[in-house]
Order: sequence, then structure tokens, then C-alpha cells
Amino acid sequence: MTAIAEQQRVWQREERRAGWRRAGKRGLLYTVATLFALFAAIPFAWMVFTIFKQNTDLYNGKNNPFLYNDPPTLDNIRLLFNQTNYTTFVVNTIFVAALVVVITLIAAVPAAYALTRLTGRWGESLGIAIFLVYLVPPTLLFIPMTRIVAELGLKNSRWSMVVVYPTFTIPFCTWLLMGFFKSIPWDIEEQAMIDGYSRLGAIVRAVIPVSLPGILTVIAFSVAMTMHEFVYALAFVTSSSEKTVSIGVTTELIRGDVFFWQSLMAAAAIVAIPVALIYTLFLDRFIQGFTLGAVKG
Amino acid sequence: MSTATGRSETPAIAWSEDADVPEGRYLLDRAGLLGPLMLLPAIIYIIGLVGIPLVLAVLYSFSNATVGDQSINWVGLENFRTVVQNATFRMALKNTILFAFVSQIIVIILANILALVLSAEFRGKRLVRFLVMLPWTTPIALAVLGWFWMLDNVASPIDALMRMLHIIGPDTIFDPKARAPILDIPFGDRNVRWLSKPDLARLAVLTVHVWRTLPLATVILLAGMTAIPQDVKDAAEIDGASYWRQLIYVRLPLLAPIMAVAVLYGIVFTFTDFTVVYVLTRGGPVDSTQVLATWAYFKGIQGSSLAQGAAIALFLLPILVAAAIVMLRLARRSETA
Repeated sequence: MTAIAEQQRVWQREERRAGWRRAGKRGLLYTVATLFALFAAIPFAWMVFTIFKQNTDLYNGKNNPFLYNDPPTLDNIRLLFNQTNYTTFVVNTIFVAALVVVITLIAAVPAAYALTRLTGRWGESLGIAIFLVYLVPPTLLFIPMTRIVAELGLKNSRWSMVVVYPTFTIPFCTWLLMGFFKSIPWDIEEQAMIDGYSRLGAIVRAVIPVSLPGILTVIAFSVAMTMHEFVYALAFVTSSSEKTVSIGVTTELIRGDVFFWQSLMAAAAIVAIPVALIYTLFLDRFIQGFTLGAVKG
Repeated sequence: MSTATGRSETPAIAWSEDADVPEGRYLLDRAGLLGPLMLLPAIIYIIGLVGIPLVLAVLYSFSNATVGDQSINWVGLENFRTVVQNATFRMALKNTILFAFVSQIIVIILANILALVLSAEFRGKRLVRFLVMLPWTTPIALAVLGWFWMLDNVASPIDALMRMLHIIGPDTIFDPKARAPILDIPFGDRNVRWLSKPDLARLAVLTVHVWRTLPLATVILLAGMTAIPQDVKDAAEIDGASYWRQLIYVRLPLLAPIMAVAVLYGIVFTFTDFTVVYVLTRGGPVDSTQVLATWAYFKGIQGSSLAQGAAIALFLLPILVAAAIVMLRLARRSETA
């Protein structure tokens, strides 16, 4: 009897210990996750927190900066939209992004299809070469590019960005779409061609509809990349009526030593957060492209 | 993968014998013609607006082109000689290497931890994932603006916190009257003024690089982790390997190639970055955080010496060539695998 009771006690003790260890592991997991989340998000949290501060609150050195000492206000957002060129920047960004999407689709969709279906062995190698073009950074090309833009008569115009941005969206999106087209079975085109469509007809009527998720991904990334680009825009455009958000906000709203911090932060957050949401939605596709298909997630 | 490419000429389909098909359609139905035709727009774009600028970038660096006079007169290595003799250039080169490599060493360590966390299941994981991705997914300039405000000379919340904890301010342990200042940090001041001291400004740029590229490395590693076959994990489990042994002897070696990919992208993106330094410090104080990309901009565009700017930017090329070679190797490996 005592032997059994002894055994049970040992088991109970072991179980309790395992329970503690599990709880410890969970605790560690949550702690580390929280620390990383804080590190990533604090600049944004501070950004958003600042937007609603009144000037009297923000510029009073005696105030606790982590509280709203005066009631929060929307005045700074109103100032941003009514007294700065912010709306112009937003409109320009949408204009550039929309046209970049169109150009990217026109070039990347057929290219990706050709590389996966029509060019045989060297298609794959050429595809990788095109992807490597994406890694050639704007910081290496912006000096001669300013000259080309001037030659094209686009200096200081938002059209300069429309023309130049596809240089990085086309390579990346072609590569992404190649992955999509590879996963579409041949039968789809074959069936369409048996039904009497030409190859082009088969592509338009059978392949494009099933690759809509891929095309959507391309649209999302072309928009995101347009928003992210900085050095070309800075080098090409100087007048504020042609600027996009990224350069407009950082060059126009920061004037010498006079900062409208709250409006500046509003300007950043209003654009940054929607872009981040879209990007996160398509992140897995992005990574699949980046790992060269070496990893199938 | 090669099954698809192997079949490119095969589909023998009835339409080729269809008498109703007009001539033009015949032509366009031939893969050998339609393929190159569909590639044309992309190829024209890439040759015209990446190939030509790349050649021009090299030509400029051997010429005396300025913003005013863009004719290309050969001057040999003169630009490189002038550029290399410039102390700011040497500082920029040193900073570029320092920022890229140090940040990626830190990133790969942190990314392994973060990827391990995100591969576990827990409550609120989607929110955590969204938050930790923010630095990568938000437009760079706007994200860096957040740090610019965090590190403000007067209103930095970091300073405020340190003041509350009595780390900075008069009569604290770091009062310069009490002991010699460490680095260049006048902790006795009311404010640290992060972006006004060379060492601290460099630390700030480095931190922002780590902050911004950590999400990318993490998601790449996560993708690699899901690709480790379950039976390998099971085998290690059955053999009775402890968690740490599994981590060191099974997971990390299997993850090594994908870690290389993550580091490679990290180095390429930080090495060639312009925006972080431009928005945070404009290369200051007194050029102490200047990197190749920003220095090329200040010389080439603002200083209007296209030739010198191009010569400076050309120093970005070797790292890219190296990266391209590694990528090609990896691609070949994944093809044979």
C-alpha cells in the first residue's frame, strides 16, 4: 500500500513540476513576444499619441509628456488638410501609384507568362536574371536617371516617377507572377484551345481569371513599392505641387527649425497605417518571391 | 519544376489543323514567336531604364560631367582619386560597412528568437505579427520620421523616461561633474540630444536599421522553419534529444541556407539605403553619419558634380555583385533539390 502511495506522490510531484515548467515556458513566450511587439510599435504609438496633443501641452517642459495634460484635439489634423499641401501629396501619390500599377501589369503579366510557358529551359534562368535587376538599388542609378528624366522632359514632374518606378516593380512582379503561373495546370489552356481559342485567347479567357490572386498581389506590391520609394522622388522633383507623400512630408512639412510635430505625425500615420495593412495581407506572397522558391511556405 | 518547361513545345492540339484559323493567328500561336513578343515590353523597360542608366553611371564616374554640363569627357580615374582622398568619403564608406554588417549580425540573432516565438501558437499572435511587421511594411521615410520625433533634442520621450528614473539630469549618477563622461554623452545635461552627438547619432542609425530589417529576416526564417520536414523533427524527438540539442543540431543547421538568404537581403538593403540617414540626420552632425548613398546625393545632386556623385555611388556595386552571385548559387541549388 505504502509503495503505491509513494509512487502516486512521485507522479504528482513530477506532474506539478512539468506544469510549472509549462507555465514558465508560456510566461517566457508572452514576455518575449511583448518585448518585440513593443520595440516594433513604440515609434508608431508615440506618433499617434502626439497627433492629438495641443501646442500648449506639447511645448510645456514641465508637463508629463506621457499624458494629455490638456484635452486631446483634432486641430492638428485640420491644420494638415487645410493649411498644408498634404492633400496634393496624397493625390499625387495615388496618381503615380495607379499608373505604375497599369504599366507594371502591362509589362509583367505577359513577361511572366512567356517565361513560364513559352520559352522552355532558358525561361527560368532569364526569370532569375530579371529578379536580380530588382536588387539593383535606386541609390546606384539615381544620378544618371536624373539626366534621363531631364532628357525625357519630365524633370520636376510627377510623370518622372510614373516612368521610372516600373524599373523596380516590373522585375519583382514578373518574378512573383512566374511563381503563380507555374502553379496553374496546363490543362486549363489546353482545354480552352481545344474549345477553339487561340493561345492569346486562352491566356485572356482561361489563365488570367484563375491568376487573379497573383494579379492582386502585384497591384498591392506596386502600390506599396511606390509608397516606399524615396531617393528617385527626391532627386527628380522639387516643386511641391508635384511631390508625393514620402518626400512631401519630409521636405515640406519640416521647414528649418519650425516643426508642426503633431501635424507631421498625422501626415505620416494617415498614410503609413493603411499601407502597412495592405502589405501585411500579402506578406507571405512577398516572402515566397524573396526566397526564390527555395522554400515553399 | 522542369516538367512544365519540358512540355513547352509539346501540346499537340487540334487547332493547328483547323482550316478556319486565319494566318495571323497561326503566327501568334507559335510559342517561339509569341514568347519573345510577350517578353518585349518588360525587356525594353529593363534595358532602357536600368541597363542604360547603369552604363551611364559607370561612364559618368570616369568623366567630368556636372549638372550644368552633362557632356561626357574622359578623365580616367581622377574622380576616384579625388573622392578617395576626401575624409568625408572615407567616413561614409566606413559607416556604410559598419551599419550594414553590425546591424545584420544583431538582426540575425534577434530574428531567430522572434521567429521561434512566432512559430509557437499563442493568444494574440496575429496582433503581435502585425505589430512586429510594422517597421518593414510602413513606407520607410514615414517610419523613420517616427524615430526622428522619438529622438528629438528637446521632446524625446526616451529622455523623459530617463529623467523620471533619474538617469539623466543634474545630481544623478551620470552628472559629468561627478565622473568622466562615457562616449560623448553628456548625461548631466537636461537632454541627451541623440542626433547631435556623432557616436549617439551612429547608434541611432544602427538601431533604426535593426528595427527596420528585423521583420524581413524574421518572415524569411519563418518560411524556412515551416519547410523543415515534420519527420526530421519527429526523429529527433524519438531519439530523445532535448529542446536545446534539437535546436542546435537539427533546426539551426537546416535553417542555415535560409539564414544566409535573410542576411543577404538585409545587407543589400542596409548597404544601399539612403532614406534612414537622410531623414534622421541628413548625414550630420558634421558628416559623422554620412553613408555612400547620402554622400553621393549631396555631392552629385546638391553639389551638382554628377561625376563625383556617380563615382561615390559606384562603390555600392561590389556588394551587389557579390550578392547576385550568392543568389544565383542558391537558385541553382533549389533547382536541383
